[in-house]
Amino acid sequence: MAALVLPDLDVDPRTLGDGEAALTAFLRGLPGVDRVGNERRAAQLATRSLKQDTKRALIDLAIRTVDLTTLEGADTPARVRSLCARALRPDPADAEVPPVAAVCVYPDLVATAAEAVAGSSVRVAAVATAFPSGRASRTVKLTDTREAVAAGADEIDMVIDRGAFLSGRYGAVADEIRAVKEVCGDAHLKVILETGELATYDNVRRASWLALIAGADTIKTSTGKVSPAATHPVALVMLQAVRDFHLMTGEPRGVKVAGGIRTTKDALRHLVLVNETVGADWLTPDRYRIGASGLLTDLLLQRQKLRTGVYGSADRVTLD
Amino acid sequence: MAERVRVLRTAKLFIGGAFPRSESGRTFEARGADGTVLANVALASRKDVRDAVVAARAAQPGWAAATALNRGQVLHRVAELLEGRHAQLVDELVATGVEPDAARAEVDGAVDRLVWYAGWTDKLTQVAGGVNPVAGPFFNLTVPEPVGVVGVIAPQRSALLGLVSVVAPALVGGNTVVVVASEARPLPAVTLTEILATSDVPPGTVDVLTGSVAELAPVLAGHLDVDGLDLTGLAGVDGVDRVALETAAAEDVTRVLPPPAEEPDFHRTPRGVDRIMAFCDLKTVWHPKGP
Repeated sequence: MAALVLPDLDVDPRTLGDGEAALTAFLRGLPGVDRVGNERRAAQLATRSLKQDTKRALIDLAIRTVDLTTLEGADTPARVRSLCARALRPDPADAEVPPVAAVCVYPDLVATAAEAVAGSSVRVAAVATAFPSGRASRTVKLTDTREAVAAGADEIDMVIDRGAFLSGRYGAVADEIRAVKEVCGDAHLKVILETGELATYDNVRRASWLALIAGADTIKTSTGKVSPAATHPVALVMLQAVRDFHLMTGEPRGVKVAGGIRTTKDALRHLVLVNETVGADWLTPDRYRIGASGLLTDLLLQRQKLRTGVYGSADRVTLD
Repeated sequence: MAERVRVLRTAKLFIGGAFPRSESGRTFEARGADGTVLANVALASRKDVRDAVVAARAAQPGWAAATALNRGQVLHRVAELLEGRHAQLVDELVATGVEPDAARAEVDGAVDRLVWYAGWTDKLTQVAGGVNPVAGPFFNLTVPEPVGVVGVIAPQRSALLGLVSVVAPALVGGNTVVVVASEARPLPAVTLTEILATSDVPPGTVDVLTGSVAELAPVLAGHLDVDGLDLTGLAGVDGVDRVALETAAAEDVTRVLPPPAEEPDFHRTPRGVDRIMAFCDLKTVWHPKGP
């Protein structure tokens, strides 16, 4: 395993106490990200060549890690049901294609989705806490979460308060994550950092640690509503945080990249980043997810191409 | 003073309005009639075919949705710019062994052919479509619609006029085109791409690959996202299994225009809308007559 990004620390970051001062001191004390080096490292890993067998395996893995997402104002129960059907069996013509990891919907459609995927391995994720802006009172956010969990959500994707984070009120952000985590109960909590609004890699690193310390089961790049979203350098910084957190505390946490990943090539590059940063243990849907909607079509097309040797057509893949 | 060193052109592919090198990094030498090396040309691979089809597919709805008038204007503008490159194209044809007079006639013919097809865009529906008499209170209309993405093997001998004569008709109907240029004489096609890039043809509408016909044709024929296949350029090409190409195309009901026994004389005016309609479907709609 590669060396820690962090200097040796005797403190367990989870035991910083509730005081905002200790948390702030810890986050501010994190080493800065070398922007040029980080981007170069990410770009370099993107050039790794993958042999055909590896590609075959990684495409299936990518399909298993997809959070099939629909987050539109125009979503209807029927659309969510058809999305779920696709999640359960992505390629109707080929039963060997594994189901995706989860479907990701707005809270009001959780019940519909939960009913549609009941009894399968596909989980239901709900975006909550006034997604995507997070601009609502704590009460509203907690109610949003509570209702989603009650309706049957297995996973909650919450957004952090970027306004509070950017103005340095780290304690407020952490408190909110802890409060949501408590309401989640057994549901898996993914914390969306919305890296496109955090401006610097240093902020991405701080936000990642903040979320991990506050109890996020998974840290997630973006809502998908802001661009840039899941870029490789940002994913790299977040994966490093998860790796170091694991080395310091022994607790494995997950990462989810979401937003702007549309091609198989891009998805496989993200998987290479994971393997090279946190290691192969993270190449599982329990610890790594790709949030996407259009990506699944391309994954299926590339899968068909590898099997038949003939380039496919989007006309031959089911719509969601 | 030392003699100036000429700057040579890098002949690249034309995909999605850009000029990439081959994804494979390969090149081949385009040679003149006397064996001299004219240029190093990109040798396209199957992945370049894939990229070109993706670009053509993305461009197709927009091109088909453009008004007939607009498509005509765009094709006419290509003719205008072709006229401006007259001397360069004549030189390129002469270098491949065409007599100077014949080369001038070929470039003239290519310009005229584009203008001729440009005129067809807003007349096609009247000629190929129609209003059908039906026994009921309905308007019954038939209109031609493009099939989608058309793969074209360009003629081997007539490197410019032949190329224009197979590409333009597919464009008229609203198709986008992936062309494999003449294998032995790729340079006029490369010059045409430089004209297309500076004309009003939307990126991806025409994508041009240079390279081995025997290597690229099967990929294009088997590609499930290619809706039409013009094999005119296979006339005079050895080593390509035409039956296999048509069989691969049949898998997804690709329209195939089979190759003629030998390369036709492209100076002759085309037979009406035959080539345009080769890559159009006829759609018939019933519309109730009002009270």
